[in-house]
Amino acid sequence: MAPIGASDPGAASNAALGPGSSPWTDSIVAARLLAVDPVGLGGAVLTAGPGPVRDLWLDILRLHIPEGVPFRRMPASIEDDRLLGGVDLVATLKLGQPVIQSGILAQADGGVVIIPMAERLAAGIAARIAGVIDRGEVLIERDGLARRVQARIGVIALNEAVSSDEMVPTALLDRLAFHLDLSLIRPLGIDETEIDDVATTAARARLATVAPASDAILGALVVTAAKFGIPSVVAPLLALRAARAAAALAGRDTIQEEDAILAARLVLAPRALILPEAESAESTANEDQSTPRDETLDEAPPPPPTEGATPEADQEPEDEPPPDAPSLEDILLAAVEAALPDGLLESLRDGKQSRGSIIRRQGSGQAQAALRGRPAGVRLGSLRPGARLALVDTLRAAAPWQPVRRRETPETGLQRVEVRREDFRLKKFVQRRESTIVFCVDASGSTAFQRLAEAKGAVELLLAEAYVARTYAALIVFRGNEAELLLPPTRSLSRAKSLLANLPGGGGTPLASGIDLATMTALGERARGREPLVVLLTDGRGNIARDGVAARSRAGDDALDAARQLGLHGLAAVFVDTSPRPRNEGADLATAMSARYVSLPYVEAGAVRDVVVAATPGLERAPQRGR
Amino acid sequence: MTQVFPFAAIVGQEDMKLALLLVATDRKIGGVMVFGDRGTGKSTAARALASLLPPMEIVKGCRFNCDPKASADACANMCEIRSHDTRPLTEAVSIPVVDLPLGATEDRVVGALDLERALTRGEKGFEPGLLARAHRGFLYIDEVNLLEDHLVDLLLDVATSGENIVEREGLSVRHPAKFVLVGSGNPEEGELRPQLLDRFGLSVDVRTPSKLTDRVEILRRCDAFERNPKEFNAYWLPRNQEVSDQIAAARERLGSIDVTDDSLETMSKLCIAMGADGLRGELTLMRASRAAAALSGDAVVGADHIRRVAGMALRHRLRRNPLDQSGSDARIERAVAEVLGA
Repeated sequence: MAPIGASDPGAASNAALGPGSSPWTDSIVAARLLAVDPVGLGGAVLTAGPGPVRDLWLDILRLHIPEGVPFRRMPASIEDDRLLGGVDLVATLKLGQPVIQSGILAQADGGVVIIPMAERLAAGIAARIAGVIDRGEVLIERDGLARRVQARIGVIALNEAVSSDEMVPTALLDRLAFHLDLSLIRPLGIDETEIDDVATTAARARLATVAPASDAILGALVVTAAKFGIPSVVAPLLALRAARAAAALAGRDTIQEEDAILAARLVLAPRALILPEAESAESTANEDQSTPRDETLDEAPPPPPTEGATPEADQEPEDEPPPDAPSLEDILLAAVEAALPDGLLESLRDGKQSRGSIIRRQGSGQAQAALRGRPAGVRLGSLRPGARLALVDTLRAAAPWQPVRRRETPETGLQRVEVRREDFRLKKFVQRRESTIVFCVDASGSTAFQRLAEAKGAVELLLAEAYVARTYAALIVFRGNEAELLLPPTRSLSRAKSLLANLPGGGGTPLASGIDLATMTALGERARGREPLVVLLTDGRGNIARDGVAARSRAGDDALDAARQLGLHGLAAVFVDTSPRPRNEGADLATAMSARYVSLPYVEAGAVRDVVVAATPGLERAPQRGR
Repeated sequence: MTQVFPFAAIVGQEDMKLALLLVATDRKIGGVMVFGDRGTGKSTAARALASLLPPMEIVKGCRFNCDPKASADACANMCEIRSHDTRPLTEAVSIPVVDLPLGATEDRVVGALDLERALTRGEKGFEPGLLARAHRGFLYIDEVNLLEDHLVDLLLDVATSGENIVEREGLSVRHPAKFVLVGSGNPEEGELRPQLLDRFGLSVDVRTPSKLTDRVEILRRCDAFERNPKEFNAYWLPRNQEVSDQIAAARERLGSIDVTDDSLETMSKLCIAMGADGLRGELTLMRASRAAAALSGDAVVGADHIRRVAGMALRHRLRRNPLDQSGSDARIERAVAEVLGA
């Protein structure tokens, strides 16, 4: 594939459904397929900053969607009553009976919902939307009302993530067929795109009549997804729907090879996690493509990525290629491989999991957990500025008294609901201060192996504590000549144990680097609205300076400087001196950090736990059962 | 009526399907928690459960699903029928499988003042919530790990006591709420509170099937269902009925299944070998093994039944570091091999 931007985007327009096109033309094809079947395809993740390219793409999508099909934009911050629906207070008051107002998802039934800043979407909201995509309806159990409202939607998640720790929640990524990256497309290189909404309308009508896909196509999509390490079974299903939409758009009633190729390129390629291993062509070329092999993924011999087969093969008119031609599977594999983003290909070749691609498997939307506090019911109260009126509860409080009040004051009219001051109910929020413990563990040679094991034990115990209290934890380890953030702040701690267990010890003590990294991590957590606590476990004897050079005196100065920096930021810290015979270094560092100093000549897990628990407000009270 | 993907058409996922059949056979086992990736049929299976369950008798018109066989004061203090009628009419209804969606508000979960009645007639009435609807049935929560904390607290409370007490807006209502919790979730998207996990009798991990033929079959069936759900359901109806009959037969048989002292000893040994916490583990293991025997048509609980259910009954009860998730399967396998032989 040609590098982005240097291709010829003008070649697109009419031949947009043809293969071998640029990311831009591919994205146009995706938009046209979405216009045909927004609900089946789930939608798209659109990675691009705000700007003309993104606007143009959205315009193209909107113009292809027939008139009357909803095209709604969700506000950046949305509450459940607008998202899912709830009581329409105005109408309820007016009519004197409960009236439901549908949320955005229900209002977009049959059409498309645009989600701006999807990388900031809270996991809970993403899960609600994902649930609606799955079910095709909204289940409203809110404000005293229970309704099922049809909501078959496609979602365009606008992804503006700039750093790798922001990402669209995986719950959405998995369900949206297309993952389009327009961030590198230059607006000037784009030609006009012809809008053919007539074709969309015709294709929509034809969609239901497209015949079931052949076994060869089903098998080839599944095998291709598997070869590229795509774990989800949803991906081939989305690819199949994309192929069907493509067939319908091309005016056909059967899904053909070219549709499958297109679908594989658009749906499967951006999801690729590994490259199929190359091996001899003979073993797979002659296989009967209609019967997928009964082998587990681990054992399946991957067919070779047949070079050169991509653009030509799909132009063959026959459905059944001659026996010596590459199988559909091979063609799809090649098509996907050819469509992999340039950088991704290299990183996959190196055997590394893709870090830069928009497909990341870790870390859902937890970073943007709403810190507004959790709603904790309502309370009586008067309306002051800043107080949030719980409308429905207020109304409900007023409701039983209406007949009485009407009798008291007949002149107010019969159609009104009379609300009095004593009815006011206010929303109550509990501002839960979330906290993060940043563990910074010395795994150097001076911390002898036995003592490292003890430190590990202490950290494990604390992680368990953090797990119960739903505190976030991060793990930094320093040894050799650098510090490493082993476990980024997370609440999902299942990986931590194996990370710890496999943690090797030995080498120098880059203490300054360790403290620096801890400071950075803690400040990052503070920026997210959490209360960080740094727990440093070391003997305080740094011998590697910040620049990685082994120089004891400079290392000591650097460490002291790093400790002061940490202290200057006002970060809460605990210094656990693991030295068998504590000397001054430890206490000095602790002073510089303004940290609580604990000397534990025998690192005893329980004791460390007690110290940290005492220093962490979130850990003092594990959640209580009951209410 | 939206068409539901039939239970019998779910490809693979034998552990998950068995766990659901076990609790459908003996609801005393407790709930089922299903962990797993997306697209593994978690919510499909839970929602398909409803069609498999035999009907149950309730007092006709009772909004609290009250059991005619239970004493009259077992129903809600608000139940008008029971307070007037000592020998009420009964009716057969399908066992409820109630969906608790994310975003549900507390008043709908526990029940609250009937807004409509208050607004239109100026009367104070109680509108039962999801907990009342799920009484004697199942309460299904998808993405249970994302449920808001205050709702989780509430569920824990009711799940423990079997009774829902509402004190709000001058109403004072108490009604039985005994339901089987079925939860599903993806641990990558947030951990489940240990207190909640503990409420589930069984816990299963589902994974994406690794066999390519299975994957192709999933794709084929999903596609066929989407294209024509009615036809697809009609095609699978006989197979679904078989499963339904199997559950009904197992329920009948359950009371007469023999659990020998040897089997009980084996279960205790297993729990000790695994370091499973408390008596709950043993009790769940016993009930699950018995239900497994009932489902397979055997009269006596044997080693095979125990072996089959040991993992799902004990996996989440191992006394261990809560971080150690990967190791639990291996530990169970080891303990089973040790106690029951390979």
